[in-house]
Amino acid sequence: MARAVSTRRKLIYTLAAWTAGLLIFFPILWTVLTSFKTEADAIADPPVFLFFDWTLENYAIVQERSDYMRFLWNSVIIAGGSTLLGVLIAVPAAWSMAFVPSRRTKDILLWMLSTKMLPAVGVLYPIYLIFIEMGLLDSRIGLTLVLMLINLPIIVWMLYTYFREIPAEILEAARMDGATLREEILYVLTPMAVPGIASTVLLNIILAWNEAFWTLNLTAAKAAPLTAFIASYSSPEGLFYAKLSAASTMAIAPILILGWFSQKQLVRGLTFGAVK
Amino acid sequence: MATRHSRSAARLMMAPAVILLLGWMLVPLTMTLWFSFRKYLPMRGGDLGGVGFDNYVRFVTSSAFWPSVQATLVIVGGVLAITVTFGVLLALLLDQPIWGQGIVRILVIAPFFVMPTVSALVWKNMFMDPVNGLLAHLWGFFGAEPVQWLSQAPLASIILIVAWQWLPFATLILLTAIQSLDSEQLEAAEMDGAPPLSRFGHIVLPHLGRAITVVVLIQTIFLLSIFAEIFVTTQGSFGTRTLTYLIYQRVLESQNVGLGSAGGIYAVILANIVAIFLMRIVGKNLDA
Amino acid sequence: MIRVVSTAMASALALAVSGAAFAEGHSKTLTIATVNNGDMIRMQGLTEDFTAKNPDIALEWVTLEENVLRQRVTQDISAKGGQFDVMTIGTYEVPIWGKNGWLVSLNDLPAEWDADDILPAIRGGLTVDGELYAAPFYGESSMVMYRKDLMEKAGMEMPDAPTWGDIAKAAEAMTDKDAEVYGICLRGKAGWGENMAFLTAMSNSFGAKWFDADWKPQFDGDAWKTTLTTYMDLMNNYGPPGASTNGFNENLSLFQQGKCGMWIDATVAASFVTNPKDSTVADKVGFALAPDNGLGKRGNWLWAWSLAIPAGTDAEDAAKKFIAWATSKEYTALVAEKEGWANVPPGTRSSLYENAEYQKVPFAEMTLNSINSADPTKPTVDDVPYTGVQFVAIPEFAGIATQVGQEFSAALAGQQSIDEALAKAQALTTEEMEAAGY
Repeated sequence: MARAVSTRRKLIYTLAAWTAGLLIFFPILWTVLTSFKTEADAIADPPVFLFFDWTLENYAIVQERSDYMRFLWNSVIIAGGSTLLGVLIAVPAAWSMAFVPSRRTKDILLWMLSTKMLPAVGVLYPIYLIFIEMGLLDSRIGLTLVLMLINLPIIVWMLYTYFREIPAEILEAARMDGATLREEILYVLTPMAVPGIASTVLLNIILAWNEAFWTLNLTAAKAAPLTAFIASYSSPEGLFYAKLSAASTMAIAPILILGWFSQKQLVRGLTFGAVK
Repeated sequence: MATRHSRSAARLMMAPAVILLLGWMLVPLTMTLWFSFRKYLPMRGGDLGGVGFDNYVRFVTSSAFWPSVQATLVIVGGVLAITVTFGVLLALLLDQPIWGQGIVRILVIAPFFVMPTVSALVWKNMFMDPVNGLLAHLWGFFGAEPVQWLSQAPLASIILIVAWQWLPFATLILLTAIQSLDSEQLEAAEMDGAPPLSRFGHIVLPHLGRAITVVVLIQTIFLLSIFAEIFVTTQGSFGTRTLTYLIYQRVLESQNVGLGSAGGIYAVILANIVAIFLMRIVGKNLDA
Repeated sequence: MIRVVSTAMASALALAVSGAAFAEGHSKTLTIATVNNGDMIRMQGLTEDFTAKNPDIALEWVTLEENVLRQRVTQDISAKGGQFDVMTIGTYEVPIWGKNGWLVSLNDLPAEWDADDILPAIRGGLTVDGELYAAPFYGESSMVMYRKDLMEKAGMEMPDAPTWGDIAKAAEAMTDKDAEVYGICLRGKAGWGENMAFLTAMSNSFGAKWFDADWKPQFDGDAWKTTLTTYMDLMNNYGPPGASTNGFNENLSLFQQGKCGMWIDATVAASFVTNPKDSTVADKVGFALAPDNGLGKRGNWLWAWSLAIPAGTDAEDAAKKFIAWATSKEYTALVAEKEGWANVPPGTRSSLYENAEYQKVPFAEMTLNSINSADPTKPTVDDVPYTGVQFVAIPEFAGIATQVGQEFSAALAGQQSIDEALAKAQALTTEEMEAAGY
């Protein structure tokens, strides 16, 4: 920005932006704060903000009742595994769409996206029967596959928009030098696309982590991720705000932290080629 | 550059993704289609024979059908309107020079990381509860009668919850778009004495067209199938029964797989109508 | 950063693919689906007693909120998914699933389990054609829980067997909206197990019924209108705000905070509202039978959360061992020893109510009387073709009643009139019954 900005103006903008930011963040902050309260403080009227007896007992109760680490581990494996698998399948597809486009490339891309519009509830019964048949119910492999398929269109599209921004001349130069297709993708394209792949991976981990329909309906005990963990804390008997808050904090904390640390990559990935 | 050789290689490389997605789409869809023509009641012995188009007729003529389509469209439309409007405003604000921009950005994107189930639970219990919710305390503080959010303004409440989750997504895309705007052009307009509103209307908004399109497309895909937010908050009461939720009730609560499958086929059709409509716009905008 | 992410993911994938890498240290693992109610949670905490006695059986818990649990187990059993070895289900599911041959008969549980000790009303609800298909973990009816201090302040006394008129009078006297005390809290949240459980039981006392002998829906009759009008009058005048989204849990929490004068709900709630750890009114609660209207039926229901074994499980014997343990007299004694008599799972065994220690518990007698006054085989004033007090034991009921419940809930929220709600209920029930082929 070449313009000199008056301090007064900057102050006003800062105030406005911070107000908006805190307002948007407040529900999360409130949840985290409540998780450290006693149940009585959690519903106190007027609400208590910071000056209450901080306690860890809710976390202790939640941990005693359910083995958090197991759910967390399942979430990590399923979200990570499905994303990685998806990227492996999507990279070649996106490459060919970006560098060897045909008349139908755009149609294929849009068709892929449209498969995401299948209503999950409508196909739950068929998928359930198929899973029984293949012995995939309550297995991490089964869930990994389903989440991979759900997010594959997004992955392909994101990678496609990235690859398209890479100048084709560079690849051509590599080819002139005698690089094979495999080498071209592996040693020329991939390194250049690493930032794009990283943001694709991040976004899809988040989407897979938060997926709450299939992860709940296709699991029982062994493969149940954090979405199932939360399902046992919604409205138990009696006062439960503090315990619910503790469980919620535990469920969202890992992904929130990952997201914050990698927000630069993520932001770049979120643009979907909308911005040059 | 596209030689014959690379064309066939390209096709080969696209094959796994295409075949997988084709399978993922066709296999369940075919089974759903099959069920939709059967009287399939798991509680009464399973497949009780074919019934032609009975399920389709029954699903559409049910008094719940049109309201559910309407509820779906209202929720999708409402969330899109809120996220795009506030997304643009927030993006403009965040683009200004401010102290602590990085931290503000972190605060703004946080809701995107929260699972739908968790956000619905937190909003429902800790904010919208008419007795113990924080909003009730706030209303009470100003001497107003607490609002019974989920029963008096059910659609608005669900739109609010969902919009909260998707606002960061919209804001981020739009912010990146604004940041790529040529600031000299803006300054020139300012010099010419164009008022801020007209600068926004003539320069910024057209520049954001593509980004807004992408926001609308991606969000619509996800919003058409929202489920957890409704399941946790109203369970479809008070006119919040979307098409997705209606199908859920038919398949799981009534255990009428045939009828629900017919509903599923309708949902696919609705999704495709929306998709074609969207693709038209997006297709144009993405080429530009 | 990127390298870390990709390395982590590679190892994650490897682990995912290697699948069930966890070695099976035990010969049998039971997967138990259960609801997140207090008594169930307590049982999970006490399972060491079971695993110590049965070292070859390992337990895996799937604890879910009630609505999610129902969806999961119903889906699994109807599609024969076989994901669970023991399921927690209620008196609505047992007769239907039992008849379908989906459950393992429990007639051969060991003699010391003492089936004859189970309360007859509960046992009857879990038996189909002489086969016991589920073992009750706890049983409940519904009753009036009221604040003795508030009644005293109003100069009134609650009869042991009140009428709906008594309830209205008491609600009026206790309501003090400025102090956030609401005379009566009732379920308003839509769902067949939520507002419809209450309203169906209530309608029985007004002589209403769901279906006549020809399975014709009866929402167009006067009895339902009187039921709903009485309910609305109570709630609109003396109920808490937002009642149309209040279910059991919401009302429990309101009552524990001292915001309800009366609450008509499950008898198991008695131990929660009298528990000084969670309840601010623990020492001020009185109990009475659910109200009637002089027609010979009271507005109380009958329910038992029970443990059942889906047919086709590969761990039938282990599952039976577990069920026999969890629903035994010894388990009751174990809870009493660790947590006190007030916290034992109530409502299943006669021997519990004969126990002198348990009789000291303030709500024991009223709970037993409530359970004994419900008759699932003859729930209504007139004769009906169905069984079940607060439900109709046909597979379509859950779906229908949830939708009817949504109409009634919308009426309570003021979005439609009572007549509109009843007309819609009548129409959609007729529609659904036709679809089911009645």
